[in-house]
Amino acid sequence: MKRLALAFFSTVAFAAAPVAAETIAITGGKVVIGDGSAPIDGGTVIIRNDRVVAAGRNVTIPADARRVDASGKWVTPGIFAGFSRIGLVEVGAVGQTNDRNASGSDFSASLDVQYSINPFASPMAVNRAAGITRAVVSPTAGESIFGGFGAIVDLGQDERAITKAQAFQFVELGETGHAKAGGSRAAAHILFRSLLNEARTYARSPSAFDSDLLKASDAKALLPVINGSVRLLAHVESANDILKVLDLRKDFPALKLVLVGVNEGWRVANHIAAARVPVIASALSDLPYGFENLAATQSNIGRMKAAGVNVAIGMINDRDAHQPRYTMQYAGNLVALTKIPRASGLSWDAAFAAISSKPAEIMGMGAQLGSLKAGRKGDVVIWTGDPLELSTQVESVYIDGVEQSLSNRQQKLRERYRNPTPGNLPKAYDR
Amino acid sequence: MKFGALLAVLAAGTLVTGCAATAADRNTASASNSSSAKKVSAKKVKAKAAFPSTYKAYPSTETLIIPVTVYDGEGARIDNGWVHMADGKIKAVGGPTSPPPDVANQVDGAGKYVTPGIIDIHSHLGDYPTPSVAAHNDGNEATSPVTPQVWAEHSVWPQDPGFSRAMANGGITSLQILPGSANLFGGRSVTLKNVPARTVQAMKFPGAPYGMKMACGENPKRVYGGRNRLPSTRMGNLALNRQTWIDAQEYRDKINDAKPPKRDLGKETLAGVLDGDILVHNHCYRADELNQIIDMSKEFGYKVTAFHHAVESYKIADILAEEGICSAIWADWWGFKMEAYDAIPENAALLQQAGACVIIHSDDENQIQRLNQEAAKALSDGRAMGIEISDAEAIRWITYNPAKAMGIEDMTGSLKAGKMADIVLWNGNPLSVYSRPEKVWIDGSLLYDNADPARSPVSDFELGQPGEGDVK
Repeated sequence: MKRLALAFFSTVAFAAAPVAAETIAITGGKVVIGDGSAPIDGGTVIIRNDRVVAAGRNVTIPADARRVDASGKWVTPGIFAGFSRIGLVEVGAVGQTNDRNASGSDFSASLDVQYSINPFASPMAVNRAAGITRAVVSPTAGESIFGGFGAIVDLGQDERAITKAQAFQFVELGETGHAKAGGSRAAAHILFRSLLNEARTYARSPSAFDSDLLKASDAKALLPVINGSVRLLAHVESANDILKVLDLRKDFPALKLVLVGVNEGWRVANHIAAARVPVIASALSDLPYGFENLAATQSNIGRMKAAGVNVAIGMINDRDAHQPRYTMQYAGNLVALTKIPRASGLSWDAAFAAISSKPAEIMGMGAQLGSLKAGRKGDVVIWTGDPLELSTQVESVYIDGVEQSLSNRQQKLRERYRNPTPGNLPKAYDR
Repeated sequence: MKFGALLAVLAAGTLVTGCAATAADRNTASASNSSSAKKVSAKKVKAKAAFPSTYKAYPSTETLIIPVTVYDGEGARIDNGWVHMADGKIKAVGGPTSPPPDVANQVDGAGKYVTPGIIDIHSHLGDYPTPSVAAHNDGNEATSPVTPQVWAEHSVWPQDPGFSRAMANGGITSLQILPGSANLFGGRSVTLKNVPARTVQAMKFPGAPYGMKMACGENPKRVYGGRNRLPSTRMGNLALNRQTWIDAQEYRDKINDAKPPKRDLGKETLAGVLDGDILVHNHCYRADELNQIIDMSKEFGYKVTAFHHAVESYKIADILAEEGICSAIWADWWGFKMEAYDAIPENAALLQQAGACVIIHSDDENQIQRLNQEAAKALSDGRAMGIEISDAEAIRWITYNPAKAMGIEDMTGSLKAGKMADIVLWNGNPLSVYSRPEKVWIDGSLLYDNADPARSPVSDFELGQPGEGDVK
């Protein structure tokens, strides 16, 4: 079995080996830098090897560049899914292919999604073809409030998906945390504080560490959370839970907090802004799914941004393994809100930034990812039109400067059944 | 409905079922003579329904929307047109060359679009309401795989905040609430007007036929196989389905006897299906299983009105076109379970290309707020593979087609004179991500206006809560 698997992977790796990086000049398109600035008509994007070297107007095209004509098209940074579970699941209800959490494991904070992420999972190819090039991938919490280490990935067709392993730790501190901790928020907070304190004990004498609460590996995993070298993504929704999490920094001042979900963020937006804690928020949650979401509204992100909160769009517990391709639609909906009386949305430029540069910056990778500024990774998408609009299709995708195959099994099924009636041979022979 | 006949039927101690007139036909027939059942039924004697609709349209003002782009719901688009409503009905729809009537209350639709009210054929608002707490799990009577006796309307909570979101953000004016899919026979559906009310009866769409929810595939066999009881396999699903139909046939055949069998709520529903009065809405994903269900319906002489969630319809689009069965589908859901693994975003377009009936549905309290966008995505993905479908045709997927499959197309679902004035004015093309409902009329009554906070419903649950009356 093992040998078979190895043989399979090596074949696929060869078969899928992308063409080598090169110098590419994408010309004539409407260029979106992704940093919140306005689109540039007739712009040029230069990619050399794996990086963007220039983008905008008045860009000199290197003589050796392969030219790609994007006249009439839009050219943007690849979409950065601000929160997802892509690569952790092939089929949701097939347990063997679902690595969202490890509810049967004794481990918690030390669980690391880098060992679960499958670059060959079909959601990778499907979402790549839709224009998603990078993603935050988070575990869900299993037995503990801590879910483990999340990662930043690319959706490229090669066998290396991990851009940054151990990019953050994930913790549940709202209704889900309440349940995981034993049935109250008090339990969740004392558990949180106790686990971090146990980790400090571990740090003082790892060999002597003996805790009823925490395994040594989990204690070790929490140390970079305590000292702020690894971000802590805390899932909370209610205004009250948000404030309580912000208060954790009194006891753990170095915590590098990022709030996730945050349906009621608008109610305490000034506190979040003052705390300078960034947010990865659900865009369109507008129902009281639980009592922690009573004041949910699609205007949440717009209001938080207006209050000075640094906010990106993510998909939290919302088809996050298969449909990160909804990201553009979600951003477009926030633009739609700007035309509705009393609602708060985002300008087009800000909405696009919320799905490109903002998630990259919030994850501390703004200098490498998320925009077409010089020096960023060559993640570029050419679209038939406005990337947030529903009628727009993807024309081509570059990741790390390499043009990607847009093929996937959905597209193959589509072609097989373009005409559903079998011809001279059964459908199984149509490939 | 006329109620006189009911008393007689009740007095005779015979069968009374749901709202459809045909159920009353059966009652009358059984009270007289079984051999003349058909003849009596032809008289269309009406009887009072159980749990009858008490819906009444709210006051309306004669209104002319002009000038406006019109999608009529039946595949036509009129640029620079107008829509006239009065007395809760659509009076006329015109184009630039037809003179509009002289109406005092005019709504400027310049740059805007009008569609019929959007209709969701697959919703669980009310029976799986928010907040999604355990006390609200009222959608699956998962205690037996065969529960045709349950009625979704007895689970619907009218205070579900989801109804208001569906109206304000999605322009939903009618919707079918279905039982869940744990059971092979899930029970009766109910069709509602999306008008807030104190009671479910006051939301029930007057004159709408009942539907019955069926489910094939993974869900029933998982739920009951997990309890070590039939069905635990797909063949178990079919065996129990068929035996249930055999028993229902026997019951139906005895209804007209001099001594009819004791009332059986479940079999009344099944007999209603066999008589063609209750429409079958069958949750089913895989192409091979859709075909199994079609053959089963032929064995027992009933018709499947719509396959719901049919992610593999595209594989047998030709068969579905020939059988005249609608596919009520998502634009692009996939991969959440094995039987959803082969879903593709071109499903709708491939069905349309084959001449089969397409309905875009939600099954979701969020996507019901943007069925227009889901239709737009399905349209775009079809065009990308070279299938030409007009914008107006995509609007049909969320208006006339669901109305037809719910048996209410003579009353709503398109902008035809005489139909209910269920109308959405969009602030842009509804197939654009940037467009939202600006005004929603139901039976001519303006129930949502994005410029007027007083014309925006707030459920009891949300009163006095943070965010009460907020834009959502």
